[in-house]
Amino acid sequence: MKINININGREKEIEIAPDDYLSEVLRKEGYLGVKKGCDTESCGVCTIHLNDVAVLSCGTLAAKAHGKSVTTIEGVDKKAERIRHEMAKRGVDQCGFCGPGTIMSILYLERVTTNPTDSEIKRYLKGNLCRCSGYVGQLEAVKSYLEGGHNEVCE
Amino acid sequence: MITIRNYYFPKGIEDAYNKLTERKSNALIGGGAYLKLGSKAIGTAVDLSSLPLEYIDEKETGYEIGAMTTFSKVMLHEGLNRDFDSLFQRAIENIVGMQLKNMVTVGATVYSRYGFSDFLTALLVTNTKVKLFKEGWVPLEEFLENGPEQRDLVEKIRIEKTRGSYSFQDLRKSSSDYSIINLALSKEEHRYRLAVGARPRRAKLAVKTADFLKDRTPSEETMEKAGELLAGELVFGTNARGTKEYRKAMAKALLKKAFLEVSAHED
Repeated sequence: MKINININGREKEIEIAPDDYLSEVLRKEGYLGVKKGCDTESCGVCTIHLNDVAVLSCGTLAAKAHGKSVTTIEGVDKKAERIRHEMAKRGVDQCGFCGPGTIMSILYLERVTTNPTDSEIKRYLKGNLCRCSGYVGQLEAVKSYLEGGHNEVCE
Repeated sequence: MITIRNYYFPKGIEDAYNKLTERKSNALIGGGAYLKLGSKAIGTAVDLSSLPLEYIDEKETGYEIGAMTTFSKVMLHEGLNRDFDSLFQRAIENIVGMQLKNMVTVGATVYSRYGFSDFLTALLVTNTKVKLFKEGWVPLEEFLENGPEQRDLVEKIRIEKTRGSYSFQDLRKSSSDYSIINLALSKEEHRYRLAVGARPRRAKLAVKTADFLKDRTPSEETMEKAGELLAGELVFGTNARGTKEYRKAMAKALLKKAFLEVSAHED
């Protein structure tokens, strides 16, 4: 079957099988920032935005994206760079594998909340697992990013 | 592993029902979450996301929630949180992450009657009915027990507003893992409702234990007796997450916490 989707602002017509998952389709299309991790809807590395809503692409059938817009990490370069900078300053971005999914969740958090509290930030990032750097620095990085990136790094 | 031969976006609910019942191998697709965790050969996948079934309508006496409403919408709904002591928020909060909550739908959860569901346990302690396209309105408790009479689809659920106090308790190995056991307790107009889920069987009301709690205070003696009643009233089982004995013991502890919380709320 064919689906029409807008990926990062570009209209595309893609041939898929009805049981293809969106993560695989996007990776085949060259969007390698969509990582393949647990592949069981648990770890968050495949997070993308579907019609501006954060979802797990490994658990989303590609057919569901027909007629919708998809945003991957490749479509949010500038904002991603600012978040990555805040994370790197705090040693949060170590192996980097969880980074794209985490950044997509942070951008979703930014869009749907106003002045989020620590617990709200945690709520929105809970679905992104990081195995090497932990979450305290991540929380600081997110807060600094949301406040404009002027916070001092904790020693 | 899931295989799907054809994919179909219905034009309306009747169209969805007709396509679903056309062949035994046809299946409904809600949010699509958890689908790949199972194993099924689907003929035609009937995707309900094209239908206007995503809404939470607050009425004077209750809430109507469309089948395609996601868990995140339910969790963050001000009215539901206000009227039910954040019962649903607490039940949904620890389900993996926000991305999955943006995918999991109310209708699919109810229709699938998942044993591991936290949401169903919370729903059971409220006065909730399920609207099936063919069968009409069915009490949630009855639907969870018996399933649909025939192949059907969930259009919406309705939760009655009743002044009361509510508690949801769960036990997990980590905060976003599946529950080893979960429990919800409500007191609406002097009537207690107690439900236990992830036993690992699907959520079920413990009627005798709830009746025992009526007009009692949470003393050590009451809690001990209530815990024993609960352990005997419902069937607990063993799976990779926990043994039958562990679940029984933990259900007693969760009941104590819930009863204390509901009682404190009344004070």
